[in-house]
Amino acid sequence: MPTPLLEAQEVVKHYGQVHALDGAAFTAQAGEVVALIGDNGAGKSTLVKILSGAVAPDAGRVLIDGEPVRLSGPLDAQRRGLETVYQDLALAPDLDAAANLYLGRELYRRGLLGRLGFLNRAAMREAAVEAFAELGVSLRDVGVSVASLSGGQRQSVAVARAVAFASRLIFLDEPTAALGVVQRGHVLDTIRRVRDRGITVVLISHNMPEVLAVADRVEVLRLGRRVASFTAARTSVDELVGAMTGALDTIGEAA
Amino acid sequence: MSPADLEKQNSATPSETSSATPAPAPAATPDAAPAAPAPPVAPTASGPWGILRRLGAANEAWTFGILLVLVAYFTIAAPGKFLTQYDITQIATNAAIYLVLGVGMTYVIITAGIDLSVGSVLVLSAVLSAEYTIHHGGSGSGWGVITISILISLATGLAWGVMQGLLVAKAKVPPLIVTLGGFGAALGLAQIITGGQDPAGAVSTRLQTSIGFGKLFGQIPWLVVIAFATTAVFGVMLASTRFGRYTYAIGSNADAVRRAGIAVDRHLVKVYGLAGLMAGLGSVMWLASYGTTSIAGHSTDNLKVITAVVLGGASLFGGRGSVLGTVIGVFIPAVLTTGLIIIGVQQYWQDVAIGAVLVLAVYVDQLRRRGRERG
Repeated sequence: MPTPLLEAQEVVKHYGQVHALDGAAFTAQAGEVVALIGDNGAGKSTLVKILSGAVAPDAGRVLIDGEPVRLSGPLDAQRRGLETVYQDLALAPDLDAAANLYLGRELYRRGLLGRLGFLNRAAMREAAVEAFAELGVSLRDVGVSVASLSGGQRQSVAVARAVAFASRLIFLDEPTAALGVVQRGHVLDTIRRVRDRGITVVLISHNMPEVLAVADRVEVLRLGRRVASFTAARTSVDELVGAMTGALDTIGEAA
Repeated sequence: MSPADLEKQNSATPSETSSATPAPAPAATPDAAPAAPAPPVAPTASGPWGILRRLGAANEAWTFGILLVLVAYFTIAAPGKFLTQYDITQIATNAAIYLVLGVGMTYVIITAGIDLSVGSVLVLSAVLSAEYTIHHGGSGSGWGVITISILISLATGLAWGVMQGLLVAKAKVPPLIVTLGGFGAALGLAQIITGGQDPAGAVSTRLQTSIGFGKLFGQIPWLVVIAFATTAVFGVMLASTRFGRYTYAIGSNADAVRRAGIAVDRHLVKVYGLAGLMAGLGSVMWLASYGTTSIAGHSTDNLKVITAVVLGGASLFGGRGSVLGTVIGVFIPAVLTTGLIIIGVQQYWQDVAIGAVLVLAVYVDQLRRRGRERG
């Protein structure tokens, strides 16, 4: 097996008395879509927060390309090519789509104006239009405030932002939870398109059919530990649910 | 060119400090410098953005409509009396200090904050500057003393604002409480220093005759020039720079902005510092114009300024507003006061009218907003 792009080993995280992660492990190979599933409270969100640099683990290691790293924050992860689409999307609703795409990474005018902090709106808009087109997202106008977009369009803006800047891996935290059927299908298409660009996708989801439809591999968390790892093509919803709930005991590689 | 490419070219851009990289984005824009045949006022964006911004400015458009209706009404009701050059100058002079305070308040309100302390900070700044003047020659003092007294005013306002900003951003005390405390404390300090009496010799007559009563080219009062220069600079900054963009973004979703790696706390400190600095500048203008500290005269400045900012289309929930809107919002009460006096209505009706207009303005804005967000 090649060196994983991103790996977690023996990760522990306690919140007071709550053991959110209790020696959890995770592996993402370059270029694959790997789903991270688990029941409520299994530790999915905590694990993703640790892998994306938002939270520091109490113990354990995170490795990128086999090298142990200590992520100092989300920016650190971003610098290493890891982007996150948060469940709440983390958009500023009063700003337009282009402004959200470039939030914190604005482009500036040339020369003195740029040095004074003047924004290059035209360049950001242009690049935003291209970024949305590449994802097959149709936004009538990247210049209207995100508040006036539909839920699916907002989702697209958040995903486009991650895709535009991720060079290696994207975390998608419950990307379809708030969407209708058509829009769900659209997000899954987007995930495939991102993978085809050579970017690893880590999909956190509850939705088993969806996971099986898009993932190459599935990792299951239960009670803060990785209890199973499946190849999506060779497993079933029943098997996944069994692993999640503990009805089936550890199949595949246990942590 | 993909955004990722652009980002790489621009990757050295620090996100907190104001030292931006030149952004070498090649195929970017033809509008390189402000030199071009741009409008004389400000180097704002053109092309498709211009149209969109005009649409977005609809917020201001209809407040501006109210202002026009008022002006038209008074002009018709008192033909030949209203809208004389004297009136316009008078209205603008009365509005000048509120314009300056309104600039700072606009930034604060866009971050979803509030600053109740402005009037008291103005008084404290005026008192400290007056104390220096009194002990260095009083009303006869020269330009050296004037310069230092002005710097004292500005520094006092800035320091008070930064202190409030730190309490809001770092100590997480709600802005309403921080600035309510600041409102009381700044006024109390001013009263302690002066014993509650406006001191004599608070301002150099040189400052009064030049800035206070003087006019640029013998036409435009210096107070008005200062006010409009300030609003222009900070209006452009809000609309076109990173500082402005982050101000809107923080008011819109501070958590998302933080996760995007932007130093939210530091930005808030700067915004409250700006509001304090504007109160300091307001105190200089007040002293120059009226020659006294007026300790008891600024207890409702905060409400007047907040009213103007909200009339101008800013949302108290943050994320929306503009300096242009605030300018319009300042002029509505100013025009009302003058107009009511001219047509011979008791001017206390002004307060009734402003109250009604304010509530109406926010109601209409809510309706429009609901309509838009459904679409």
